[in-house]
Amino acid sequence: MSALKSIFGKDVDTTSSTYLGKPTSRVDGPAKVTGGAKYAAEFNVPNLLYGYIVSSGAARGTIKSINTAEVEKVSGVVKVLTHENAPKTAYLDSSHRDQLASSGGAPFRPLYKAELEYSSQPVALVIADTFEAARYAASLVKVEYEVAPHETDLRANMGKAHPPTVTRTGYVSAPKKPRGNPEGAYDAAAHKVDVEYSQPIEFHMPMESYASTVAYGEDGKLTIYQKTQGVQNCQEYVCSVFGLSSSDVQVISPYMGGGFGSGLRPTYDIYLSVLAATALRRSVRVSMTRQQMFSFSHRPEAIQQFKLAANSDGMLDAVTHTAIEETSQNEEYLETVVNWSGLLYNCPNVMLSHQLVNLDLASPADMRAPGAVTGLYAYECAIDELAYEAKLDPLAFREKNYAEKDQNEGKLFSSKELREAYRQAAEKFGWSGRPLEPRSMKKGSDLIGWGMASGSWEASQGKAAAKLVLTPDGKLVVSSATSDIGTGTYTVMTMIAAEFSGVAIENVTFELGDSSMVYAPVEGGSWTVSSVGSAVKTVCQELRDRLFKLAGKVDGTPLGDTKIGDVTFANGAMHVTGNPVKNVTYAEALKAGKIDKLELDTTELPQLAKQATHALYSHSAVFAEVSVDEDLGTIHVTRVVSAIAGGRILNPKTARSQIMGAIVWGISMALEEEGMLDDKVGRFMNHNYAEYHIPVNADIHDIDVIFVPEHDEVVNPLGAKGLGEIGIVGVAAAVTNAIWHATGRRVRSLPVTLDKLL
Amino acid sequence: MINFSYTRAGSVAEAVGAKSKANGAGRFIAGGTNLVDLLKENVERPRQVIDITRLPLATIEEGPNGGLRLGALATNADTAYHPEVQRRYPALSRAILAGASAQLRNMATNGGNLLQRTRCYYFYDVAMACNKRRPGSGCPAISGQNRVCGVLGTSDQCIATHPSDMCIALAALEAVVRVSGPQGERTIPFAEFHTLPGDTPQIENTLAPDEIITAIDLPESPYAEHSVYTKVRDRASYAFALVSVAALLELDGDMVKSARIALGGVAHKPWRSPEVEALLTGKTATKENFLPVAAALFHDARGYEHNAFKIELGKRAVVRALQLATKGTASIRDVNGQTADA
Amino acid sequence: MNAFSESDTAGGSTMTALPGKSPVKLTINGESTTVEVAPWTTLLDLLREYLDLTGTKKGCDHGQCGSCTVLVDGKRVNSCLTLAIMKDGSEITTIEGLTGKDGALHPMQQAFVDCDAFQCGYCTPGQICSAVGMIKEGHAHSDDEIREGMSGNLCRCGAYPHILNAIKQAYAATEKRTAA
Ligand SMILES: Cc1cc2nc3c(=O)[nH]c(=O)nc-3n(C[C@H](O)[C@H](O)[C@H](O)COP(=O)(O)OP(=O)(O)OC[C@H]3O[C@@H](n4cnc5c(N)ncnc54)[C@H](O)[C@@H]3O)c2cc1C
Ligand code: SF4
Ligand code: FES
Ligand code: FES
Repeated sequence: MSALKSIFGKDVDTTSSTYLGKPTSRVDGPAKVTGGAKYAAEFNVPNLLYGYIVSSGAARGTIKSINTAEVEKVSGVVKVLTHENAPKTAYLDSSHRDQLASSGGAPFRPLYKAELEYSSQPVALVIADTFEAARYAASLVKVEYEVAPHETDLRANMGKAHPPTVTRTGYVSAPKKPRGNPEGAYDAAAHKVDVEYSQPIEFHMPMESYASTVAYGEDGKLTIYQKTQGVQNCQEYVCSVFGLSSSDVQVISPYMGGGFGSGLRPTYDIYLSVLAATALRRSVRVSMTRQQMFSFSHRPEAIQQFKLAANSDGMLDAVTHTAIEETSQNEEYLETVVNWSGLLYNCPNVMLSHQLVNLDLASPADMRAPGAVTGLYAYECAIDELAYEAKLDPLAFREKNYAEKDQNEGKLFSSKELREAYRQAAEKFGWSGRPLEPRSMKKGSDLIGWGMASGSWEASQGKAAAKLVLTPDGKLVVSSATSDIGTGTYTVMTMIAAEFSGVAIENVTFELGDSSMVYAPVEGGSWTVSSVGSAVKTVCQELRDRLFKLAGKVDGTPLGDTKIGDVTFANGAMHVTGNPVKNVTYAEALKAGKIDKLELDTTELPQLAKQATHALYSHSAVFAEVSVDEDLGTIHVTRVVSAIAGGRILNPKTARSQIMGAIVWGISMALEEEGMLDDKVGRFMNHNYAEYHIPVNADIHDIDVIFVPEHDEVVNPLGAKGLGEIGIVGVAAAVTNAIWHATGRRVRSLPVTLDKLL
Repeated sequence: MINFSYTRAGSVAEAVGAKSKANGAGRFIAGGTNLVDLLKENVERPRQVIDITRLPLATIEEGPNGGLRLGALATNADTAYHPEVQRRYPALSRAILAGASAQLRNMATNGGNLLQRTRCYYFYDVAMACNKRRPGSGCPAISGQNRVCGVLGTSDQCIATHPSDMCIALAALEAVVRVSGPQGERTIPFAEFHTLPGDTPQIENTLAPDEIITAIDLPESPYAEHSVYTKVRDRASYAFALVSVAALLELDGDMVKSARIALGGVAHKPWRSPEVEALLTGKTATKENFLPVAAALFHDARGYEHNAFKIELGKRAVVRALQLATKGTASIRDVNGQTADA
Repeated sequence: MNAFSESDTAGGSTMTALPGKSPVKLTINGESTTVEVAPWTTLLDLLREYLDLTGTKKGCDHGQCGSCTVLVDGKRVNSCLTLAIMKDGSEITTIEGLTGKDGALHPMQQAFVDCDAFQCGYCTPGQICSAVGMIKEGHAHSDDEIREGMSGNLCRCGAYPHILNAIKQAYAATEKRTAA
């Protein structure tokens, strides 16, 4: 098949592609392993001031006084900003809402008022000429509070649960009406499960803390080196909040030391650094401490109730799922938690409900597979319980109840190879030998258990643009204002550009992370490849059209009257397919057109009409083995096999890493992560990496990732569904189910720490 | 971090002199892994920091009466991997390697390890009350997030634990701490070195403010063949102990001639109970005989909301450690201190 | 005894004055320099804020993550808990110093690229320095020992299995070289 068919035809065939589908090392790898990659706090601009944030010790109440004058006497200190002296920013709450804010609500504004909203919120910013002086002076800040009562305990406040009152981009509210008659079906069913699952607050904890370096230009223009997943979202926010013109604010973020959703919305460091820089007319850097990384976003705590029932043949007959999550007092954070339960298996009778409780905490935020992780952790555990009630193997139960269409919306899937994922993963794992009964397997003195679960995540595409510049030296530079948060954006976009432009990959550079580039949505939700990648593909296709036209002007017209469909574009040249001698290099084409720099840009919109008729999701099948020391309760996840049906895999090397990392996250969620709130003081107490546990190397053993072939012509022009989230969904359930299989204990609250097994 | 001044001591006498002169506002610094951490947290706010790393106290050499002398400034890593420590005091080697990380053990010193402070969340957070940090301010841990806190020897003023792994093995080995002060040298038996919180949780040991630790003496040990350190924690590595046990047995066939058991993660000091250990003397080394010993060790334990499980866990860990010790040091698969049943 | 009194913080001029700097001689990545350092400056901040060697990362600033790992006199340590002033006379190797003068990657750096042993890359310099230090220490031979020996370096992206592969690749390459 010629490469051309893959451009104009609908089919993108991996075997015939030059780059796509081939394992490719990260193009930014050398920069990252040599220390050359620069992160937000590493742009050492001249005459930089350092801002150190002082955080509140109380959750609720009013600031009575702050000893600002005293602290400003410390040598090197330039200013202490507090709510009393901070310059005013935009008045309206709507001016503070970024692209991902809920439709109503009042986004948190630092140093804005004397009233406290939550413990550890910023209450002052000490600005000094060295980091050490700022840190020292911050330690001298004394804040006196008039403390007021607070509420941070979700369980104690369940009575205040209410349905969402606002909307949010990407949030799908629970269906208003039940499907069928879930109550009646439940009452009549042969096998039932009525259980409650809970999950604590979790924190994103990227390795790099949030930081903002504002370079203050002589003309008053701001260049902001920012840790963010969305440079343009930050730029718009800064302009809106500070009343600045977009030509005066540039936000740059070439590298990001992990985001996982925490940097989708602007973080308070950028507010504070711009506040200080504009007030002092100086360059300023504000970095959060690790402790402060616990003070602005988290995965919300959730308490979920299920009533599930199956009939005597093991067919799922009733699902009732209620999820209650916390949010802050000032905003309703919304994520889609319960709809998955109406989607994953075929079921005639379903009732879903999602409610919120407002607490005196920072607003929660999207965190890797937001909503799906929460809902499906609990649902997939409850389903495991139901399968056992029905005395069916959990895999057999799932296969029996396989959903051929999305019953929530009454749509067919654009593609869904979950069945094949089950098959391949089960085979690799060796599932077929699994005894149905728990406590059946032992290795030495340890109990062994096998568990499984499935996962799902939406495959969305948004509007995005890409720009390219081709120069006579044959170099192609493609850019878009997206991010690479470790997901491999640099690499995959370089591959896509090389594939569809016909420029050899070593001559292609992809640039990102600069708000002055053409439009890209925030990097999240697994939509970057589909959105930005589609735009890159299109602009590169336009390049070929242009070059082909220019080729007609080349002396002697080597391509003759060959139609574009019979021309191959490769290695920076066009030739008549099957006859490489008849060729025109891109440089020759540019020269013939008297062009010394060919620039093109394009904006790609999702094909909504086509997509709207289908349900667009990726799926996973996860199998886990645990070994449990029954005396001490210690749990080791010895093996995980995950098969992913995620559409076309563009770079198997980085794709594998993404799924593997997400599995580590799932293990972490199952066994380790927990924000420990002291409700008496309304504060997270394990606010550091020593006590907020995430896995270390020794916790992680064999992880096997399988990508099952999945062909999809609807989801987007690339046929790729995105992989950032799907890998984590279902993992915690698979691990928890395996723990039950090992021990016979259903632990229905995360994390499953050893004390829960004693 | 406060604006402290810095001096580098050229001799033990100079170090002691500087510390006396600073009058409570001076701190020695060795590996810095605990002090620098606490300086950044503003828990420690000294006016002067006295660098003792250039003092000649980093050797590990033969001690009196067939023992070994560990210099106060020998690093935890050098101590753990020292062939004589590994051969004669395997539980000590394993305890050290079960703690912190390789990087931290390269920095941390033996003296500093003894004096590291509690990891109680409230002690670390200066926005919170804490009797240890600010006497009389209260102890929010008692009714707060106390998973890391103790269940033995606690008081109504403080329920913190001593977080060291190394010290648990040292307690079991009945090490002796050598210190030097303005009045000269003296020795402190390990059992008398750390203290219980009582009404003065701010006091953690019997070292005088102007004394320096110079060495730790390990007496000759008959336990090398049957020594283990079992650490139970919330992740496989780089986490403090929920409960840990150093178990040393001297066996005659399957009969216990003498036993030493020290517990970590449960008290303000490494926890020992020689009377309870004596219950094993003359008994065969079997699970049936270990169970009542474990129960007796925790007889007076008191659990709190988030750590009551440590009582049951502790008992089980004691039994496990004694079983492993019976099997023998050599039979334990040992991955850099991660002891596991072979 | 560790009696604590918060009044240790003196008021007045002792409070507002900053500590003086002293010259500290260091050999950093083979080049010797003398820098004026205040007592409260950590080796990590010295590298990042004063010497523009930003390859060494700050993940927690409290010894809890390993991002700041560098080699001091050949040993891996957490530079965030190291006061620079105490290292007068030491040799420091950072991630920048592992790369050859000609830009050639160190075998460990190459192995990390080959094995895709990172995603965001923020923990990576620390992982690589730690791995180099670990191999020198000579206690890590099995997979389990490598995992344990590398457990002082958190990776939130979860690249652990690939980090293990990379270290094994570099290990094999080094052994081949020394055998040859
Ligand atoms: C993230 C993290 C995890 C850790 N995990 C563990 C663990 O799992 N298990 C464990 O046991 N430990 C653990 N540690 C603690 C570590 O072992 C100690 O910090 C270390 O042993 C302290 O030694 P140092 O030389 O660095 O002490 P420093 O920080 O230099 O000093 C500590 C204290 O001792 C005093 N001091 C030091 N030397 C002397 C001396 N010779 N004479 C008198 N006073 C002296 C100092 O003034 C200071 O008050 C961990 C530490 C960190 C940061
Ligand atoms: S347990 Fe001790 S250290 Fe912890 S808060 Fe109470 S007094 Fe402070
Ligand atoms: S920054 Fe030093 S260990 Fe985290
Ligand atoms: S690569 Fe991102 S933290 Fe390790």
